[in-house]
Amino acid sequence: MDPNTLIFLLFVFVLSVFLGVELISKVPSILHTPLMSGSNAISGITIVGAIVSAGTPENDFSTLLGTIAVAFAMINVIGGYLVTDRMLAMFKKKEPGGRK
Amino acid sequence: MNFAVIINITYIIAAILFALGLKMMSSPVSARKGNMLSAVGMLIAISATLATKGLTYQWILTGVIVGSVAGILAAYLVAMTSMPGMVGLLNGSGGLASLLVGWAVYHFHPHSDTFTTITIFLSILIGGVTFTGSVVAWAKLEEVIISGKPVLFKGQQIVNFVILLAIFSCGIIYAMDPAANYPVFIATVVLSLILGVLSVIPIGGADMPVVICLLNSYSGMAACTTGFVIQNNILIVAGSLVGASGIILTQIMCKAMNRSLANVLFSGFGSVIQKEGKGIQGEIKPITAEDAYLILEAANSVVFVPGYGMAVAQAQHVVRELGELLEKNGTEVKYAIHPVAGRMPGHMNVLLAEANVPYDQLVEMDNINPTMDTVDVAVIIGANDVVNPAARHDKSSPIYGMPIIDADKAKTVFVLKRSMNPGFAGIQNELFYYENTRMLFGDAKQSIQGLVAEFKSS
Repeated sequence: MDPNTLIFLLFVFVLSVFLGVELISKVPSILHTPLMSGSNAISGITIVGAIVSAGTPENDFSTLLGTIAVAFAMINVIGGYLVTDRMLAMFKKKEPGGRK
Repeated sequence: MNFAVIINITYIIAAILFALGLKMMSSPVSARKGNMLSAVGMLIAISATLATKGLTYQWILTGVIVGSVAGILAAYLVAMTSMPGMVGLLNGSGGLASLLVGWAVYHFHPHSDTFTTITIFLSILIGGVTFTGSVVAWAKLEEVIISGKPVLFKGQQIVNFVILLAIFSCGIIYAMDPAANYPVFIATVVLSLILGVLSVIPIGGADMPVVICLLNSYSGMAACTTGFVIQNNILIVAGSLVGASGIILTQIMCKAMNRSLANVLFSGFGSVIQKEGKGIQGEIKPITAEDAYLILEAANSVVFVPGYGMAVAQAQHVVRELGELLEKNGTEVKYAIHPVAGRMPGHMNVLLAEANVPYDQLVEMDNINPTMDTVDVAVIIGANDVVNPAARHDKSSPIYGMPIIDADKAKTVFVLKRSMNPGFAGIQNELFYYENTRMLFGDAKQSIQGLVAEFKSS
């Protein structure tokens, strides 16, 4: 790999870690479970790599590995976002005047 | 402008949406929208990737359909009480995907440069450990195949160390000449998978919040290293956001147990049977549902302290019902949530939210403790170690120094408990012997139902 590319990627990496720390520190503990499943869905971004491997013709075994990777990454993405949404939909503020 | 540039611009948009989505998670009001923004970001990233030139789509589609169906089914069928295991499995599938992408890239271009080879090695290692570690964590949480107790054997840490050493040796041999060392590469894959199993089995059920957080972090790091493999910024950004998130949660959990990460991972905490607690004085005072009702009925303020036992008994709905009856009776009702109550961070909050408890009644430990001595009744439902006063004063106690909810400071404490068996850590709880404590024995759900019935019949 070209050293410049490496430095550039490392640059992005370092800044993203700092951004992540800043963002996550502000999440209240009441939302920690949805935070985990939601951020978990984001880690399914690996699907981008999987798609390229699954879609590259001419190498059967790579394609197979890529296809399985797409399936698992997709479980991660879809399952993660839906389950997070399901949880977050349950968090309600107290209605003024009390509930029936 | 060529196509690759357009794809990269859409990746920037996706990264912005991920960051915004996480930012909106800082309040329950905006969190749901934040999650949707993040999902839109993912959709954009995936669509852009599909536009890459020269792709054939039949296998991509197969994977997408299979994965989507499985994901949708899993997300809608899982019970809220099984959420910790579900999060574990999702971590695992992300880890496996990263491992497979690394493998596919290696298989397709065995002659990569050294840096790419090293990143492939790392994505195999982290992805593999994440995958099997998560599966074991899930099995422990759901108590399938193995029990939730720590599995320990002699020389365990030496074995783990040797495996780790073997993995890195394989890594070095493989990185020197990747194309000639396919078998060594396969050995790395297998050893990483074994390491994942071995590193999670010694950890007990109640330490699972830490493990789940850590695996969450690993799944992000795996995606991040895969980003280095395919030189893709969006993977690096998204992966490190998740990696950072997992690490912070891990720290919060460790701090809430007053233990170091190393202690959680290696000590096999909870496997040692503690001796009968020394110096515990007093006697157990059981109470009947009728007497408990009379005390609750007269109380001005009641605080519920839920623990894993509430999840096991599925008692969250009846707890909310009792809470509402108390409120109608003019009592102030709050729920005190310890950061490590349950099996994952925020577990109790999710269960109570499922039961329609408004989130402004859920109070964090640090906010409830200063008001605890003004509370009339603290009702402890299936929690044990997180309310054990020994953590404050008994230097010989294994949980000494752990921050606890000061339930003992309430005027009266009700403890809902099946029997006198000690909690997860095997520690006797002196709170049960306190002068102001009353034990309401039986299944938590039935006990609360009994109280609800008393309220309704009066």
